[in-house]
Amino acid sequence: MSVSQSVNAAARKLPAWPLYPILLFPGLWLFWTVLQNPGPNPVESLEHGLGEYALKLLVLGLLVTPLRDLGGVNLIKYRRAIGLMAFFYVCAHLLVYLVLDNQFWWDALIKDITKRPYIIVGVLAFLILIPLAVTSNNLSIRKLGPKRWRQIHYGAYLAVILGAAHFVMLKKTWQTEPLVYLAIALILVAYRIPKLIR
Amino acid sequence: MGRFKTALKYSDITPKADFLNRRQLMTGAAGMTVAGGIAGGLATPAAAALDAAKSKWSTTQEPTSYEDITSYNNFYEFGTGKGDPAQYAHALTTDPWSVEIGGLVNNPGNYALEDILKDMTLEERIYRFRCVEAWSMVVPWVGFQLSDLIAKADPQGNAKYVAFETLLRPEEMHGQKNGSFPWPYVEGLRLDEAMHPLTLMATGLYDEPLPNQNGAPLRLVVPWKYGFKSIKSIVKITLTEKEPPATWNLINAREYGFYSNVNPNVSHPRWSQASHRVIGSGLFASKEPTEMFNGYGDAVAGLYDGMDLSKYY
Repeated sequence: MSVSQSVNAAARKLPAWPLYPILLFPGLWLFWTVLQNPGPNPVESLEHGLGEYALKLLVLGLLVTPLRDLGGVNLIKYRRAIGLMAFFYVCAHLLVYLVLDNQFWWDALIKDITKRPYIIVGVLAFLILIPLAVTSNNLSIRKLGPKRWRQIHYGAYLAVILGAAHFVMLKKTWQTEPLVYLAIALILVAYRIPKLIR
Repeated sequence: MGRFKTALKYSDITPKADFLNRRQLMTGAAGMTVAGGIAGGLATPAAAALDAAKSKWSTTQEPTSYEDITSYNNFYEFGTGKGDPAQYAHALTTDPWSVEIGGLVNNPGNYALEDILKDMTLEERIYRFRCVEAWSMVVPWVGFQLSDLIAKADPQGNAKYVAFETLLRPEEMHGQKNGSFPWPYVEGLRLDEAMHPLTLMATGLYDEPLPNQNGAPLRLVVPWKYGFKSIKSIVKITLTEKEPPATWNLINAREYGFYSNVNPNVSHPRWSQASHRVIGSGLFASKEPTEMFNGYGDAVAGLYDGMDLSKYY
């Protein structure tokens, strides 16, 4: 039995629901560590850490299809959990920005959201993900029909690129780590383009 | 050491208007000191490693912890992460160290650091430090006034700026292998800014020699400007007639001006400068409002009389 076959066999047996607590754990662990050992800038540690988890999960979600196409590994039943947990981390990241970083200092927040390009890009990614999260359930698929539902969920392609761009733009110089995320996001989206055109 | 002339011909190097202006500043600064209620004569009983004298220029604010000051740094020569300098800066050899002083001075030369220090009075200067990334610390620096060093170098009359350069040694500063950054790091001040009594050449903090990650063995500290102006690990000081290049300004002039005075009214394009996070204040602390010139306006605002600070940011 090949690797992909054994993975697929295992995937048939393992349910998707444990993925929610499993993917929640790194976030809880980060929060716990920051409480225990705040360090020089705990707000930044938490904010950046949560943002990076969100980005990692968005990328992971977009890996499911190419893995099936190219590697024969079918993890599609886990994709909803990955996507919803990505959205959870985006929300947590945004909440830390609003509550801990800016303490609901609305004048500053409104200026940030209207004037700072990297904030605008991040907020856009969040807004795009809302309808995806709302329709990530069987009822929505049934109501919308597969075609319409899929169209809505193409938003993930834009969101992952915007998310990675948000990370790149936040740095003062071109830095390797965010550029690697952006490159991966672009490759994963580019992979879909031939299918979308067809 | 005989290589420095001791006579300071101040009138030769500073335009009279600036000179008079500086006197006003001194008066203003004295006022600020009284208002701040700073005790200059109080000696601490603790054994002082560097035996730095107290200074009237120090703030009474509580200094940031030694751990935070020495573990949260921007020093791209050792990497772009805040923790990178603390992790990698030990590779830097800081002894022997010499500083080349040149340009429009009557006493140019390549001076060993210990020779420079022999003639300087070390003081403790507890300064607010405001990074352009909207965070702040309070740092108990130890150092001497840059004005004393420049006086020894004896500037010529046409000198108007001071240029600084950081060591270029990629084999010890691994971040310098990153070719996208124009190494070595350079910075500059106007001569009157450099001669201001607040402008410090730091050799230590918390009464101990500077840790490498904080810019050992010799760095600039200009407390009313964003932190990146305070260039680290200096090997070259040049007096010039024209405005010298400054690294961040070269990289992105729109985001980092030559002056880069702390100014809550001029936003950095990517973040507001109206407030800042206080390092070490914890997860639930609020940001603090940022003051013009980082709160040193009484002492330094006069340097910029008649200048549009939203244009010369």
